Order: sequence, then C-alpha cells, then structure tokens
Amino acid sequence: MREAMDPWTFVVAAYVVGVGATLAMVVWALLSMRRAEKRRDSARNR
Amino acid sequence: MHGFANPARFLRIARWLMPLCMGTGLVVAFAALGWGLFVAPAERLQGETVRIVYLHVPAAWLGMAGWMGIAGASFTELVWRHPLAAIAAKACAVPGAVFTAVCLLTGSLWGRPAWGTWWVWDGRLTSMLVLLFLYFGWMALSQASEVADGGQNRAPAIFGLVGAVNVPIIHYSVIWWNSQHQPPSITVGKSAMSGDFLVPLLAAMLGFTLIFAGVVLARMRAILAEQQAEARLRRKARAEVEAF
Repeated sequence: MREAMDPWTFVVAAYVVGVGATLAMVVWALLSMRRAEKRRDSARNR
Repeated sequence: MHGFANPARFLRIARWLMPLCMGTGLVVAFAALGWGLFVAPAERLQGETVRIVYLHVPAAWLGMAGWMGIAGASFTELVWRHPLAAIAAKACAVPGAVFTAVCLLTGSLWGRPAWGTWWVWDGRLTSMLVLLFLYFGWMALSQASEVADGGQNRAPAIFGLVGAVNVPIIHYSVIWWNSQHQPPSITVGKSAMSGDFLVPLLAAMLGFTLIFAGVVLARMRAILAEQQAEARLRRKARAEVEAF
C-alpha cells in the first residue's frame, strides 16, 4: 500500500528551489556585472 | 551579425536590453507562476502536483537552450572568429547549468508523489544529468584554457559543439526508449494539453526565457568589463616598467 503524501509539500518545495535559484542567479549576475564595470572604470581613471 | 562584433556597439544595446529583458521576464514569470499555483486547476490524475510543470518545463527548455547557445557561439567562434562569441558562450554556461539543476530537482520532487520514486535511471533523466555534467566540464575546460591557451577558447568551442549531440538525445529519449517519463506534451503546432494548463505554461516559458536572456546579457557585460579592466591594467603596468 502506498503511503499518503501531501502533494502541496512537493509543490512548495519545487517552487522554493526553482524561484530561489532563479532569484539568486539574477542577483549574482547583476552584482558581478556592477563589480566588474566598477573595476573597469577605476582602471580607466587610475 | 558582424555589425555586433564591435564591443562598444554591443554594450550600447545591452545597456537598455538587459534591464528590459530581466524586468519583463521577472514580471511575466512570477505572474505565470502565480497563475499556475492559484488559478489553474488541478489535473484529473496527478492532482495538485501538476503545478510543478510551470517550473519544470521552462527549466528543462532553458537547460537545453543554454547548451544550444554555447554550441551556436562555439560555431561562430571557430568559423568567423567573432570577438563576442567566446564571451557569449561563457555567459550561457552558468544560467544553463542552473536551469538544468532546477529541472532535475523539480523533476525529482514531482517524481516522488507521481511515480513513487525520487529518481529512475531512464533515458530522459539520465541524459539530463549528463547535460549537467557537460556544463560542469565545459566551465572547468573554459577556465583552464584561459590560462593554458592564452584565451584562444578553441578546446571549449570544440567541446561545446560535440556536447550538442546530447540535446537531441534528451529530446527523443522518451520516444526512442521505454521511459517512466511521459512523452512530449507540446510539439510544434500542436499540444496534448488543455488550454487551462497550456496558457500559464507558455507564459512561464516566455518569462523564464526573458530572465535567461537578461542574465546572459549581464554576464556578457561583466566578462567584457573584466577583460577590458585586465587589458588596461596590463597596458599601464607595461608603460610604467618601460618608463622606469
């Protein structure tokens, strides 16, 4: 007999993983871009 | 295409296109996910777990699209020596790997209630896992060739082209082999899905694709800025040594 599983546990876990990873990637991409462009500008002005 | 070979021209376009893609993508993707979670109906056989499809399918599509981006950029790099091609390939790697990992994790979370298991070694799941390892290998090779190859990028470009063989294997795996995974629900021009599920799914795919494009453009700007900073610092150091 299969155990009863709450489907919402799996749905919420999937959304936490998917949305969390997407947002983390967006923030990382923006911060690394800003850092790299700041470094280029400071190298230009040095 | 060669019109965009000029990094200054590319930066002029990327400066407005990147926030536009990212902003629109975030709005469309989160609206589609909200629609999928709270408005779309549960499915007759799978019940509420079908809501994972609104994340799982866009992630699978972008995992494969990321590698096709690497393969296309690699081809452009090898044939036309386009100066931005290697940068574009590098920029596709991390978002492609992230979406492949999201696809595998959400698939596993869907498989447990739907199939009664977290994982099976069937054609679709295994070829998707191979894609994740290909991304890891490509990133390691790309980093190593920066040092050994003097930024020539020939080895990762060849690897990018050879690895593209895995993409049709992923796509046709559910047709070629007996699989726990269901066959494709959406093919060109037709869909086995009801409009109640299809419309939010297509909206989620559009939203996540725009986010992907925004991240790739942001990564390209970052890699380009790093290269320009390195080149400037090296030039200045050389000039100082010569003056001394």
